[in-house]
Amino acid sequence: MLSLWLGVSRPCDAVAAGAAAPRAFPIVYLSEAYPEPGIMPSLLETHPADEGLAGAREATAEINTTGKFLGRNFKLYVEILPAGADVAAQSRRLFARGPLVIVADLRADDLLKLADAPAAKGSLILDMRTTDDSLRQQDCRSSVFHVLPNQAMRADALAQFLVEKRWTRWFLLQGPTLQDAVYAADVRRSATRYGARIVAAKSYDYNPGSRRSDTGYQQIQTQMPLATQIGSDYDVLFVADETDLFGDYLPYNTFAARPVVGTQGLIAAAWTPAFQSYSALQMQHRFDLFAHRAMTERDYGGWLAVSIVGEAVMRGRQISPAGIRTYLRSDNFLVAGFKGQGLTFRSWDQQLRQPVLIAQPLMVISMSPQNGFLHPGNTTDTLGFDQPETQCRLAQ
Amino acid sequence: MPSRAMTGGRTALLVSAVLSCSFAARARASELFVSNEVDNTVTVLDGDSYRIIATIPTDQRPRGIVETLDHKAVLVCDGDSSNIDVIDTKTLKVIRRINTGPDPETLAMSISGDKLYVSNENNALVTVIDYATGKWITQVQVGIEPEGLAVSKDGRTVVVASEETSMAHFIDTRTWQVVANVLVDTRPRVAVYTPDQRYLWVSSEVGGTVSVIDPKSHQIAHVINFDIPGVDKQYIGPVGLQFTGDGRTAFVALGRANRVAVVDARTYEVKQYILVGQRPWQLTFSPDRSKLYVANGLTNDVTIIDVSSLKAVKSVPVGRLPWGIAVIP
Repeated sequence: MLSLWLGVSRPCDAVAAGAAAPRAFPIVYLSEAYPEPGIMPSLLETHPADEGLAGAREATAEINTTGKFLGRNFKLYVEILPAGADVAAQSRRLFARGPLVIVADLRADDLLKLADAPAAKGSLILDMRTTDDSLRQQDCRSSVFHVLPNQAMRADALAQFLVEKRWTRWFLLQGPTLQDAVYAADVRRSATRYGARIVAAKSYDYNPGSRRSDTGYQQIQTQMPLATQIGSDYDVLFVADETDLFGDYLPYNTFAARPVVGTQGLIAAAWTPAFQSYSALQMQHRFDLFAHRAMTERDYGGWLAVSIVGEAVMRGRQISPAGIRTYLRSDNFLVAGFKGQGLTFRSWDQQLRQPVLIAQPLMVISMSPQNGFLHPGNTTDTLGFDQPETQCRLAQ
Repeated sequence: MPSRAMTGGRTALLVSAVLSCSFAARARASELFVSNEVDNTVTVLDGDSYRIIATIPTDQRPRGIVETLDHKAVLVCDGDSSNIDVIDTKTLKVIRRINTGPDPETLAMSISGDKLYVSNENNALVTVIDYATGKWITQVQVGIEPEGLAVSKDGRTVVVASEETSMAHFIDTRTWQVVANVLVDTRPRVAVYTPDQRYLWVSSEVGGTVSVIDPKSHQIAHVINFDIPGVDKQYIGPVGLQFTGDGRTAFVALGRANRVAVVDARTYEVKQYILVGQRPWQLTFSPDRSKLYVANGLTNDVTIIDVSSLKAVKSVPVGRLPWGIAVIP
């Protein structure tokens, strides 16, 4: 599909040509056919084949509705690399005609390879998928803008909610992965920032093995109380299980009668299919009509990334990746994302500032920042890495 | 979206009851009709005492609410029931339901009162309905999530603001064609013509501004910004707009900033911010325009502002999540 477009393009910049004639502004959706994440503990948890992409497609239709009235047109070119592909090498041909605007549905390591590929120089990458702290800190890149809240923002969002509830004694239960360790460190950081206490911390090296069996519930019902039996009293169990190995087994299986928060139980998220405030209801409805399924957080990431391009091109009147980058970093940029306020990028790490939902599976419970958590600039900067503590040094 | 066949509105169930109603002299003062989005009710307040006279059950999710020109009825959009409830202002009962198509958010009446313009929020449509028969005259395709409607005094233009598309669409009422689209700041909610018809004001909730559009050239003549000491910019969400009769002063409800801005409509200077309840969206004048009524969504009340002193006089409780207000003399 993309090669077709490249084939008909003149050697000159396709985007510039689009400004003269009503040619479609190209947006490249780039992903990789990653192996399925495996069987999830719950049968209700599914991974739609078009997750993320459907959100990007819906947003393309929406910005084309606006574009129709303004004589603007956008086209989403879908490029899904085979599993295990070398992203830098395989994406090189995409840039044969010059820099692009890319909506990246890539994991952190692949995103970095793309951003660092010499061929991608001058391109703009909207990261619609990752939540990794490292990409907003030491591994930040000047060409990359992050749409979804990172791990530290999520930990802070939950922390504010718990502190507001006066549930400030936390038992931290950490899974075996590197990402679990990052999130656990974020939870400790949040506790320090907001005056909560980690009264106990434990690692849990759970091997999920086969997740389907006919044996019943005895084993889990024995293992989880054992894993959560500690000497001290606490208010909530804060679980750090980024890959969904065991976290969903914890609610009602803990040794003490305490709620579970963190990566499972009560979670922090940019979007859930249950969210309906601030016109989110209309978005859920539109998405269901379009994709015939519920809208996930990754779909929202794709929707928001493409919507951001639409804002920059139609309101910001930018048509080059470099021009769009400058606009996204300017005071003039703002995008609406059903959070009741305009969303903007932090200049220091190019992370989208946003209120974060606090949700359990069927209900959104709250939205952080919570009332009373103040900031001299923007209250949403109470979530995640603020300017004074950033480790990101962007090359301009 | 494909065009759909026009279907007739639901027939009125109790039309005969209205017609047979005697025109007994009304000793009542003016009345406020407040739509309560969560309660599925309309609260009726006495315009002198602000006491609750009646709570009228409606269909699901009542939001946009207007009075008819003859004040005999108040019409309220029931978003989740795809219809308009017609409330008889004498009996304070729902006497008729008009089919609007999916998710009507708000409505406006034509200048002569013969037609209803309805924004179908989920379907990117404006549905034009013959008020007498309930029959659909046409549907006009507009931007995504259409909401606020404004009708020009000459009746020739209907403007609808579409939230997701961030535009004011100008519809010619003779051809039912969209003749102009003006990109405004993000998520426009309400559009209102100035009393002299020289400008159209459009509030942008997430953009935090009001765009002043020249309806002849369809160009934006001015953008009004709001700056409230001690209030974060992102909480300033302009929604409801009203002008004094002389057109000199505009009132703008600012949503989560919990204030109503008083704007000089000639210089565009913001003169004052009046603290009201939480998340004011829609606002309406009393019949003599001496009072301004503000629906506060999060505090479940209506704030009454004295227009001459620009002071909030009091707030009175209504139902849950009050959305809009209609007033009859």
